[in-house]
Amino acid sequence: MLIFIVRRTLWTVLVLFTISVLVFVIFFKTPGVDPARAIAGRNPSPKVMAEIRHQFGLDRPFPVQYGLMMKKIFITHDLVSYSNQGTKVIPEIGAAAPATLSLVFGAAIIWVVMAILMGVAAAVLRGTVLDPILMIIALIGISMPVFWLGEVVNLVTQSRLHHTFLFSWVPPLGYTPFTQSPVLWFKGLIFPWITLSILYIGFYARVLRANLLEIQNEDYIRTARAKGLTERRVLFRHTLRNSMITFVSLFGLDFGVLVGGGALLTEVVFAIHGVGFLTYQSLTNLDLPVIMATVIYGAFFIVLANTLVDIAYAGLDPRVRPA
Amino acid sequence: MAIALTESAEPPAQTTPDLPPEISGRSPWALAWRRLWRNRIAMAALVLFLLIITVSLVAPLYAHDVARVNPFANNLNGTTVINGHRVPLMQQGGGILKLGETPIGPTWDISHYFLGADQQGRDVMARLLYGGRSSLEIGIGSAVICCVIATVIALIAGYFGGLVDAVLSRLMDVIWAFPVFLLAISISTVLLTESSGLSIGPFHLVATSLWLPTLIIAFIYLPYVYRPIRGHVLSVSEKEFVQAGIAQGASDLRLIFSDILPNVVSVVIVLLPLMIATTILTESALSFLSIGVQPPNASWGTIISDGSDLLYTRPWVAIAPGIMIVLTVLSLNVLGDGVRDALDPRAKLRVEAG
Repeated sequence: MLIFIVRRTLWTVLVLFTISVLVFVIFFKTPGVDPARAIAGRNPSPKVMAEIRHQFGLDRPFPVQYGLMMKKIFITHDLVSYSNQGTKVIPEIGAAAPATLSLVFGAAIIWVVMAILMGVAAAVLRGTVLDPILMIIALIGISMPVFWLGEVVNLVTQSRLHHTFLFSWVPPLGYTPFTQSPVLWFKGLIFPWITLSILYIGFYARVLRANLLEIQNEDYIRTARAKGLTERRVLFRHTLRNSMITFVSLFGLDFGVLVGGGALLTEVVFAIHGVGFLTYQSLTNLDLPVIMATVIYGAFFIVLANTLVDIAYAGLDPRVRPA
Repeated sequence: MAIALTESAEPPAQTTPDLPPEISGRSPWALAWRRLWRNRIAMAALVLFLLIITVSLVAPLYAHDVARVNPFANNLNGTTVINGHRVPLMQQGGGILKLGETPIGPTWDISHYFLGADQQGRDVMARLLYGGRSSLEIGIGSAVICCVIATVIALIAGYFGGLVDAVLSRLMDVIWAFPVFLLAISISTVLLTESSGLSIGPFHLVATSLWLPTLIIAFIYLPYVYRPIRGHVLSVSEKEFVQAGIAQGASDLRLIFSDILPNVVSVVIVLLPLMIATTILTESALSFLSIGVQPPNASWGTIISDGSDLLYTRPWVAIAPGIMIVLTVLSLNVLGDGVRDALDPRAKLRVEAG
């Protein structure tokens, strides 16, 4: 196990290094793109351009440039946005993180509960008409673009049915910090949570159902039945518990991706000022330093989350360790 | 032992007895096609997908001959006909606030602004059809490019093994570790900041070219296709007929393309519809974020993005392209399930779990 952890950690370090180089190459070394002009935003003055060339060491050798950028992002935290009059980028990301975490945590709770209910129901009801109906609903959930679903939800809750008793309690779009008003925080996040979770409910319900059906043929399930256990006990103690191995490892990966910037589209549609929204704002005015920082922080978060999941997985399931 | 997921999943042994003896020697492809043909839900999905392609292909015909509009030029002073009356496209004081100009809503008249106009007075129906062309071209194009390149890399890595395999697989692992969305966002923004476009050697791509999003999306999904195919190539390479080929002195190229490739092609075909569904969704998201298809071109994603400003006054501008995306992706997902059941009836549970 220790050897596995060491090997996995070394691989993670290598991946993090490669990703940082890749980001550097994409932003600074793409053929035909002048990085100074890209960083400076729209219509830069020659003075700003010269300053950027000096700051990022664009006239110096490749490794120095790379080192300077990494220093700005991880050590001195003084990467500044040029489109946005010198705002420091890294503190801005830190300030946006609670909104993203609130969104993703809530959605994760909904999707795990709903996916388990749907997946188990479909597997138990196999052979009845309800199983294909549940699976078609799951498939529709997977097929909907999340930003469009969010707009439709907004249309209904903010405009068309907002004056009725159903949705009159929905606050205007935006994010209220939990510390400011827990009630408003909750009310404002309910629909973003549901919207974000629908895709994952569909996906996880399908995976779980397939997994449950596969495990039902395992020898140890037959043994459990032969021992005379009730169907309910077989389902919850043996089948479902083993299906959870796949489920939990998938969950770790998806959760990491969402916190690392994958919730971007939901944040944009519901005007939740999280990390993804920050990326979006910088996309619309091509504010490269912000994009660079959010991409690299997001990617690092995701890679580290994956490492933790893999190590936890190996701890739970000894069969994967030699890999 | 296989578990029947759908009605179509009968093992081939049960279908052969009612066939006349002279055609019992069907190829695996014919058998798979037969299974797919009998899967009514999958065939309905295929018909729906082909219908969406056809409708998108006739976009120029519709714009030119039926609606008689130019869906790419603004038309703020234009007029159209509703119930025999000529009305301006941009109406004063519409909407909830009764302020400013609002484009007309859906007329539900196929030849006169069926779905209304957008903020620049352009025909939303015509743009929807043109948008479908871009979305489908990018979606299908990038999925096909991705599958072809990933298959070639997987064949090389899996067949030669050793160092070649290690280098290629680690390379794919790094792309895989990079979050898909962040990778697409970084590449797209950098390429779009340069208005002159991208030049690599003799190839030149302008920023408005549909090739740019196509290639970016094809690139980011390479490892997702590479991994399952490489696994398959590895297992096929171990088979006796490949050993026999080596013993007979067949060249590497011959072994790869005539012995191994035909045996992994079914994996690629199973992946293709699901990949197209994924790439269409990715394209729409990138276009929605304004880093996919660039004006004057439109795609379903850009139309939804245009429509979000009009969401509460003219919701159909944003709703209609979304419905098209859902129908397209849903049909591809259903078709993908059907193709998998048809080509690989026994392994279907494992594919879904993996």
